[in-house]
Amino acid sequence: MATFWIILTAILVSSACAILGCFLILRRMALVGDAISHAVLPGIAIAFLWSGSRDSLWMLLGATVFGLLTVFFIQSLQAGGLSSDASIGIVFTALFAVGVILISLNAQHIDLDLDCVLFGEIAYVQWDTLTLWGADVGPRAVWMLGITLLVILVVVGLFYKQFKLCAFDPALAAACGIPVVLFHYALMGLVSMTSVASFESVGSILVVGMLIVPAAAAYLLTDQLGKMILYAVLIGAASSVGGYLMAYAMDASIAGCMVAVAGILFVLALLLSPKHGIVLRYVRRKYAAR
Amino acid sequence: MINNTNTTKQALENIDNELPGQGVETASSPLRVSNLAVAYHKKPVLSNVSFDVPEGQLIGILGPNGAGKSTLIKAVLGLVPKMHGEVEIFGRSYRETRRRIGYVPQRESVDWDFPTHALDVVMMGRYGHLGWFRRPGKKEKDLAAHCLEQVGMGDYMYRQISQLSGGQQQRVFLARALVQDADLYFMDEPFAGVDATTEKAIISLLEQLKRQGKTVLVVHHDLATVEEYFDHVLLLNGRLVAAGPTSEVFVEDTLQETYGGRIAMIGSRAGKGQV
Amino acid sequence: MWNWVISILSDPNTRWILLGCLLLGFSSGIIGSFTFLRRQSLMGDTLAHAALPGICIAFMLTETKSIALFLFGALIAGIVATFGISWITRFSRIKQDTAMGIVLTVFFGIGVVMLTRIQHSASGSQSGLDKYLFGQAASMVLTDVYVMGGVCLVLLVACLIWFKEFKLVSFDPGFARGMGLPVGVLEQLILLLTVIAVVAGIQAVGVVLVAALLVTPAAAARCWTDSLALMVLLAGLFGALSGAAGTIFSTFVPNLPTGPVTVLAATVLFAISTLFAPRRGLLARKLRSIQAKSTYMREEQATLQLSSTQPQTQKRGEM
Repeated sequence: MATFWIILTAILVSSACAILGCFLILRRMALVGDAISHAVLPGIAIAFLWSGSRDSLWMLLGATVFGLLTVFFIQSLQAGGLSSDASIGIVFTALFAVGVILISLNAQHIDLDLDCVLFGEIAYVQWDTLTLWGADVGPRAVWMLGITLLVILVVVGLFYKQFKLCAFDPALAAACGIPVVLFHYALMGLVSMTSVASFESVGSILVVGMLIVPAAAAYLLTDQLGKMILYAVLIGAASSVGGYLMAYAMDASIAGCMVAVAGILFVLALLLSPKHGIVLRYVRRKYAAR
Repeated sequence: MINNTNTTKQALENIDNELPGQGVETASSPLRVSNLAVAYHKKPVLSNVSFDVPEGQLIGILGPNGAGKSTLIKAVLGLVPKMHGEVEIFGRSYRETRRRIGYVPQRESVDWDFPTHALDVVMMGRYGHLGWFRRPGKKEKDLAAHCLEQVGMGDYMYRQISQLSGGQQQRVFLARALVQDADLYFMDEPFAGVDATTEKAIISLLEQLKRQGKTVLVVHHDLATVEEYFDHVLLLNGRLVAAGPTSEVFVEDTLQETYGGRIAMIGSRAGKGQV
Repeated sequence: MWNWVISILSDPNTRWILLGCLLLGFSSGIIGSFTFLRRQSLMGDTLAHAALPGICIAFMLTETKSIALFLFGALIAGIVATFGISWITRFSRIKQDTAMGIVLTVFFGIGVVMLTRIQHSASGSQSGLDKYLFGQAASMVLTDVYVMGGVCLVLLVACLIWFKEFKLVSFDPGFARGMGLPVGVLEQLILLLTVIAVVAGIQAVGVVLVAALLVTPAAAARCWTDSLALMVLLAGLFGALSGAAGTIFSTFVPNLPTGPVTVLAATVLFAISTLFAPRRGLLARKLRSIQAKSTYMREEQATLQLSSTQPQTQKRGEM
């Protein structure tokens, strides 16, 4: 049963991340995603202090705000003429530092292990269950992630064409009357929400890994956005299952293994993709040369 | 309003326009710019630019590098902030008339590795018309396919855009502009880096638009073809040097003023300037 | 006030930590200037994450915790990482930022797997590797300070010797190549120095924050000057100041970790620089912008007045 909850949690994380990750890498904002997943830490700490407990909803909302703040600061710095990489680097490290300080100073009030922030502890997910109206309805993480995934599906589904156009040609989108900035913040807000919902169970590394790697692998496998999203979700799920098995066999970090498996799948896609793979391109060239 | 009364023709026009109940200018010229100024990080790129655009003509925007030609279009479309000035499109603000405008940006502005095919790109041109929640359907698809045929790309509908040549990409962009079914078009260097066939295809398309009564503003760089392609020109060099019908404005002294004496005139007085 | 300062300096432990952080901040600021100018600020972050498997392998092979060894392991990992990034970008349509993200997370993930294996094994408990990840400046001992000093010296000397070359390669690598400079070698050299700064930095501030030591002081320094030499010096100074501030504050406040405070100090310096630096600061630019606009408006008025008293000339382009 534990296995089931763990894998379910991981699949929820990877699916949510895969969908968002496709848009992130197409907009060349992969590292902003990385930044957000770290920068939500102070939000989580503050929400903890505020609500005095692990009241998930407040934590989700409060920390999401920090993700949006991160984007806002990064944009402001860029608008001031600072290069994008420096803007990202300065903002997320500062916010992460604030988070660590808050947690360290309030260790007695905040039941957060700093290691947990990076790696999460997905193995314990099943123990922390939610009680609604006196009934045990399953692990809290699964609920939070499930709701997050639902929100993502609804928002991206409703506004698919806007997200797509903003990613492909923001100038035309603006000229068409689409509020590009709004959708930018919407995307980043969803990334933020996902980071927060995931961090406790899987930590930042897995979130960033699942945002970027499956989507990148899918990018190499297809020429259509719709299919790319689908493949990313599938690859994410495969990484989750494969990673769990690997972690079980090696007695190692589950989150780490999941990212490692995602990496392996990415390399496979890089080499063997029918359309863009290195190996097949090489073979085709040799064949054509004859 | 400061009127130009330099020619008799103009004077007669002005008298015509001063009939009771009418303004001095035509009420809804496609584009009217007044005192436009744009600055990037304190460097003024455009200053004191004012002009009126006549309807149903092909207008070339010319000037040396850095003259502010692309900036002018972007400022009109609200893509860069204006330091000063007003823009009226068909007598109203840009926000109100967005549906009547078509924009063909420079090719480099887009990531051609995006996972999408030509037909899909053209359909994106209709997104502005679909509002917030509607999805593109068969109607949009047919319209897009039709526009692709018009630019000679009918066979490439499902081709991944990174596999298209420069000229083909430009034509896809044009098809996307066509599908917007606009009355006023802005095109930023559509002829840049395309082969001769594509260039012919583009110009015949522009002529077709003109026959349909549309107005097209084109940022252009090849002085040799200006007289052939455009009825009117705007000469820019950080400011408006001159504006008017090609035959009147595209002459040696205004060109020298625009390009700072860097061109050699070959041929007749209004002849083919080579930069 | 003096008593306070003296009390800090009298505790030998604190002295060492202070010195170590000072040196670290100084050298990171210096090499960070070049990565900042080359728009590779996040490379520091990538290298820090990618270093983990290298460090773990070094530990697993030798079963000893030694900075020099970790450095070596991290170096190898860093080189592999950079090659990985360039291969991905060269042989596929994936863009550089995505490639960096992939390498960053996958290497780190593999590193975490190794880390947990180490921790579960017999020799794991004394590895202290997990503390390594979050930085434990407070546990710096004399040997660590020697290493910091060594690191600082190496970075300083290298930047002094190759200052002109680094400058050119950062500004215009194409031109440098045309001039016959071995651009590839120089870029690898800058990378090498960055890895050294990163590995030393991880110890003080932890994996996630090490990027800040490289970027933030350099970005702050940029606001004050247009001269590269001055910028590099200022960046080093800001870095050193941040390191000192981090150490001092964390000494006085219980439970306050050095690393994050250092980063915050650097950020505050950056904020001050961005807002108040003359010429390049935000305030200065806002003032100039207001001036420019009012000058423009005045000139407009003047021209209008002039034209209303003169015969009309064509002012409006009418076609």
